[in-house]
Amino acid sequence: MIEIKNLHAKVDGKDILKGVDLTIRPGEVHAIMGPNGAGKSTLSYVLAGRDGYEVTDGSVTYYGKDLLAMEPEERAAEGVFLAFQYPVEIPGVANTTFLKTAINAIRKHRGEKELDAMQFLKLLREKTKALGMSDEMLKRAVNVGFSGGEKKRNETLQMAVLEPKFAILDETDSGLDIDALKIVAEGVNALRSPERSMLVITHYQRLLDYIVPDYVHVLAAGRVVKSGGKDLALELEKNGYRDFGVDEAA
Amino acid sequence: MAAQPETIDQVRAVTEQKYKYGFTTDIESDVAPKGLNEDIVRFISAKKNEPEWLLEWRLRAYRVWLTMEEPEWAAVQFPPIDYQDAHYYAAPKQKVRPKSLDEVDPELLATYAKLGIPLREQEILAGVEGSENKSPAIAVDAVFDSVSVATTFKAKLEEMGIIFCAISEAVQKHPDLVKKYLGSVVPYTDNYYATLNCAVFTDGSFVYIPKGVRCPMELSTYFRINQANTGQFERTLIIADEGSYVSYLEGCTAPQRDENQLHAAVVELVALDDATIKYSTVQNWYPGNAEGVGGIYNFVTKRGACRGKNSKISWTQVETGSAITWKYPSCILQGDNSVGEFYSVAITNNRQQADTGTKMIHIGKNTRSTIVSKGISAGKAQQTYRGLVKILPKAEGARNHTQCDSLLIGDQCGAHTVPYIESRNRSARIEHEATTAKISDDQLFYCRQRGISEEDAVSLIVNGFCKEVLKELPMEFAVEAQKLVGISLEGSVG
Repeated sequence: MIEIKNLHAKVDGKDILKGVDLTIRPGEVHAIMGPNGAGKSTLSYVLAGRDGYEVTDGSVTYYGKDLLAMEPEERAAEGVFLAFQYPVEIPGVANTTFLKTAINAIRKHRGEKELDAMQFLKLLREKTKALGMSDEMLKRAVNVGFSGGEKKRNETLQMAVLEPKFAILDETDSGLDIDALKIVAEGVNALRSPERSMLVITHYQRLLDYIVPDYVHVLAAGRVVKSGGKDLALELEKNGYRDFGVDEAA
Repeated sequence: MAAQPETIDQVRAVTEQKYKYGFTTDIESDVAPKGLNEDIVRFISAKKNEPEWLLEWRLRAYRVWLTMEEPEWAAVQFPPIDYQDAHYYAAPKQKVRPKSLDEVDPELLATYAKLGIPLREQEILAGVEGSENKSPAIAVDAVFDSVSVATTFKAKLEEMGIIFCAISEAVQKHPDLVKKYLGSVVPYTDNYYATLNCAVFTDGSFVYIPKGVRCPMELSTYFRINQANTGQFERTLIIADEGSYVSYLEGCTAPQRDENQLHAAVVELVALDDATIKYSTVQNWYPGNAEGVGGIYNFVTKRGACRGKNSKISWTQVETGSAITWKYPSCILQGDNSVGEFYSVAITNNRQQADTGTKMIHIGKNTRSTIVSKGISAGKAQQTYRGLVKILPKAEGARNHTQCDSLLIGDQCGAHTVPYIESRNRSARIEHEATTAKISDDQLFYCRQRGISEEDAVSLIVNGFCKEVLKELPMEFAVEAQKLVGISLEGSVG
């Protein structure tokens, strides 16, 4: 279980999160919606532990542990996964090499035996097949020359291989056309399980047609201002964020 | 996105590691008195029991050297070197030249064992059961201070007519070959450091591959500077006769000392018709400490002549050590259809300086050259790629492709690219690409979010950056070099 309590955070000296409260139980999918500048991406970076995102108050308890006290790589090893809004390119490093390094670092942290080349390839083939991805993408350098859709599918593949307990999807729909969006959403849906929680961050309701959440929260000016079921997303789509004191046109 | 100060600190922390080869070995040695004059040149020549022509050649070089000035065009800075304040000859004390490894001082062997050099032929010599199978397919010539102390696999190579020995031994046993080729690629008037080397070189490796022979194993030389206040001036000469092939690897280390030590080597390669020489270097001399005290001045002249048609010379270098590197392994593409290649990874950290690159001189028709240079700078290091591509009027159809990429870690280091291109033939095609990049916070965070520690992330990213070059190394050394690339930025080397 993940419990976010009264979370305050600063970026470049500016208060962005001003008391976020959120509880996510295993197997639940929560969506966070909100206007630009509400602090959605800041929340995802704070949870993942990015440098430069300073927590000034509050706590995040992750399966009984203090998440905020951990280094980013420890959080990853404990099962926190962030699917990036803009996946990063790493020239010269093959996707397979990157994934193997990652999974073995995580296994090592957990006191598990590292996978050898054969075991890893077997696992990777299973996962790519399940996601309907080509092997060719594995040989290419991490995200280099990938289309928007390929980058997001690659994030999904990483998630499938690393099998996190808590996945944060930051604006996964940005830069995707409807076909690519469907494919990525299918991949994500295939990874839903009773042990895995997800936090889906999005600006538009569109994504939630494909990844249907259990709960929807509205984040505005650094706070969760409204929570509800999946219908809340439809309501927002109709009325915009005006009801929360935000004028989208501004 | 600019690197966060914390990231820079962390990278700095992981990049300032200790140099693990910084030990010294307590061995009695024969040392010439400090200083340089004609008597010292004569002393060295006499110690080596050299023929008259070689002494004369040395003395001619010495006299030319006196009239020369140190080159100042390189983008490196160091206090003036007092050439009278060094020993020009230091040899581990041994009454006679060892006939086998058994006669070599055990301290010496222990040193090489510490360095991880496979001198395991001793097992074979001693007839240890099963040792034939586990022995590596690498023949090693070990040079300690100025003297070649051991060459392995000699007998096996001799069966094929391959000569692999100390150059001092070649002078005695194969004087015609040495006389014919020594100084034929790098003449004794070439440049300040090379000319000094001609006058005072003490030893090095000699390789001759006969016509049509493909050398069945990697040949390798390990250089080690041990003695304080010595310069190391070794000389390597490799001749690949018609239709032959050889792959050669050079490795180097030195103890950690507060004073700077000079290493002014000369390497000459000669490839005749249809011959191929692949020369790989993993240079890991002591780079000095984080404040820039101590370390090796690596002022080296390396040049290969593709004399015959269809010949090929390929340089691959991984340069991680030395306080200052001044080095331009070059190819003279004289034979028609000959090929020159230069693949380089240079890593500078702390206050290291490197001015390195290559020269490709196209003389023959349809000559081709490829240059791939990857420079990585961290800390306060400064690095320059300096390269020349020269197409002479008769080099009809010559082609060159150059790619220079720089990677910066932190915001206090520098990378510079100085390509010179001269073409005197209209049919020549020359391409130059250059990029400069930084390891970004985004990349580091992305890796860490996937569970990879910051150190491993730096290593992964840098190895990815160098991949094109590392894959050119012989298999046996590729893994070692890959590790070295990682650790010289984050691990135990500095």
